[in-house]
Amino acid sequence: MTTMTGAKALVKILEEEGVKVVFGYPGGAILPVYSELQKSKIKHVLTRTEQGATHAANGYARATGTVGVCISTSGPGATNLVTGIATAYMDSIPLVAISGQVATSMVGTDAFQEVDITGITQPITKHNFLVTNPDDIPRVVKEAFHIARTGRPGPVLIDLPKNVAEALCHGKFISEVNLPGYKPTYKGNSKQIKEAVKLLKEGKRPLFYIGGGVAVSGAKQLGDLAHKLQIPVVNTLMGKGAFPAEDSLALGMLGLHGMPAANYAVSKCDVLFGIGVRFDDRVTITLDKFAPNAKIIHLDIDPAEIGKNVRRVDVPIVGDVATVLDTILEQVTPMEHKAWLSEVEAFKAANNKAYPAEAGYDLVSRQVVEKLSELTGGKIILTTDVGQHQMTAAQFYQANRLGGFISSGGLGTMGYGLPAALGAQMACPDDTVVCITGDGSLQMSINELATIKGQNLPVKVILFNNNCLALVRQLQHHFCNNEFFGVDFDGNPDFCMLAKAYGFEAYCITKTDEIESTLKEALANGKPTLIECLTNKEDMVYPIVLGGKGLDEMLIQADDK
Amino acid sequence: MQHTLSVLVQNQAGVLSRVSGLFSRRGYNIESLAVGVTENEKISRMTIVVEGDNYVVEQVSKQLYKLVEVLKVSDITDEKYVGREMVLVTVSVEPSQRGEIIAITEIFKGRIVDLSRKTMMLELTGNEEKINAFVDALTSFGIKEMVRTGKIALVRGDIGE
Ligand SMILES: Cc1ncc(C[n+]2csc(CCOP(=O)(O)OP(=O)(O)O)c2C)c(N)n1
Ligand SMILES: [Mg+2]
Repeated sequence: MTTMTGAKALVKILEEEGVKVVFGYPGGAILPVYSELQKSKIKHVLTRTEQGATHAANGYARATGTVGVCISTSGPGATNLVTGIATAYMDSIPLVAISGQVATSMVGTDAFQEVDITGITQPITKHNFLVTNPDDIPRVVKEAFHIARTGRPGPVLIDLPKNVAEALCHGKFISEVNLPGYKPTYKGNSKQIKEAVKLLKEGKRPLFYIGGGVAVSGAKQLGDLAHKLQIPVVNTLMGKGAFPAEDSLALGMLGLHGMPAANYAVSKCDVLFGIGVRFDDRVTITLDKFAPNAKIIHLDIDPAEIGKNVRRVDVPIVGDVATVLDTILEQVTPMEHKAWLSEVEAFKAANNKAYPAEAGYDLVSRQVVEKLSELTGGKIILTTDVGQHQMTAAQFYQANRLGGFISSGGLGTMGYGLPAALGAQMACPDDTVVCITGDGSLQMSINELATIKGQNLPVKVILFNNNCLALVRQLQHHFCNNEFFGVDFDGNPDFCMLAKAYGFEAYCITKTDEIESTLKEALANGKPTLIECLTNKEDMVYPIVLGGKGLDEMLIQADDK
Repeated sequence: MQHTLSVLVQNQAGVLSRVSGLFSRRGYNIESLAVGVTENEKISRMTIVVEGDNYVVEQVSKQLYKLVEVLKVSDITDEKYVGREMVLVTVSVEPSQRGEIIAITEIFKGRIVDLSRKTMMLELTGNEEKINAFVDALTSFGIKEMVRTGKIALVRGDIGE
């Protein structure tokens, strides 16, 4: 092996790992790596903040199912990664974040642009490394990708001091990692699987509750099993897209703002099979009223998730979703649950249309989302920001594509949607990528319009402008006696003018009858485009399950009080 | 209830901070944590005493296992093990009281490790109960300074047939 610098070794392994695009922002401490990147065939996308780079890498990872890579310099560059790393951690998204660091001789001296980024990110990374010996670089980078991608995926940070990147690396390039303390369990325990099969056979009202774990692994098996056993499926925000919304067994999202039929089914089922989920509080709301009549089977690759939130798990299975579902598929014979399905179907029919466009408003976000869904067949890549618009998208966009719904679930990070769309469009240049955002969220990452334009990406941004932080306003409606405070934006810009300044096409719509034509035109124009939809701040997201209530006690409509 | 966990970790920079960070961040109460190298210099053993019910201890173990450097976590509370702690304690002692202190130390099979005009430093190894009793016996003299190591533990061997 010829010796090379640490930086070169790093870039070489990125290439070996199949990295095609990295999102980054340079500075002094990371210069050696940038010099090597320049010589590499890996494409570097210069975002407008490091946070944008992390979210773009996240969107890239989710659209491709591979590891996303982002790079920053030391100090402020590294701290700007934090929100994005935490976002990826909460949603189990595989990222490798590389930060420059001051030279090892300076570490610990409060040197210029020094921060302890491995210390800061310890609680929000799956693992992190501070590399002090250049010979370790090949092993560390290999391990970082392996850890990020396998088991329950997650972000891994590599902090690389400048002198280590510059020094000669004599380390061996390994093809296999050897991590004695890291051995994810893929194959489920066969006794537990038998127990699960038994419960599924006995259940008269079984239900699948699927999450991000199914998007990572086993979407196909899940579909096969649901059909073989005729079991309806509810999904979390992270599970959206893993089971096609157009499927007759799909009941949509459950939880806080879940669809009526989904929440109803959870409350009425007698066997609940949680697959790749973590019984998050936005799903369960009130633990002792969650699926009160059900025996619970919980399958997840992370043993620490089992029994963490819902302690009364009857059958725990630690394993990989695809592997375990394959085994279950072999052990079951086709079933029917006609009575149960028609009961749920009846509830759906009676309630899913119970909250139409409120009369008196010219335009509501639901209509736009439904039209987008119809025009695209749910086959595009949709990213969202965080707020009412996100919930509306989760409820009414019928995602029919695995990895086709990309949203910040666990952390709920405003400012995620636009850079995530940038990453997704870099990953899938021939696909339609749309970002649904709000006026609050967009302004947290609006600078990334420039990156999108610079890369010539035809990303479509649908902005629901209600001149306020409407989801928080809604909280103040429910919990603060309508005392609205700190939620109205005075001085929002003219978003269309702003978008045009960034080189985007821009439309502003205010009426229902403009939706279809505008969407059609924008989707076909091949250019980066903003569609601003003026919506009403009084509009609310329903259903909502208030604290202390069971999912079946959701408010399906406004509580006119 | 107190549980004693015996945790094998890779002997690497930062692993202690990962483990202790995990405890504080997830709100688990560490009573004591002692760490030192094992027969294999690449591996350290942490003996952690944690307060909590079975649910908490199960969560602690599972979360510990998620740390890449953690090799093995055993809850040895209900096993046959030898647990030891050591204390160094400096007591205020007038020269006239020295005999009494020496007697107490002998009863507990401790050692006198330092002496000044008005103080004595004592050392004792034993299980937690014994150390507590020793410290109680010294309290009336006035304890000037004290340090305890926290428990270390090893499971007893199996003699078999
Ligand atoms: C970074 C960040 N800060 C604050 C919040 C709290 N928060 C959740 S939704 C929301 C309002 C979002 O406003 P907007 O993007 O305009 O969406 P809308 O609800 O109006 O559709 C806020 C402030 C958050 N989720 N993320
Ligand atoms: Mg808004």
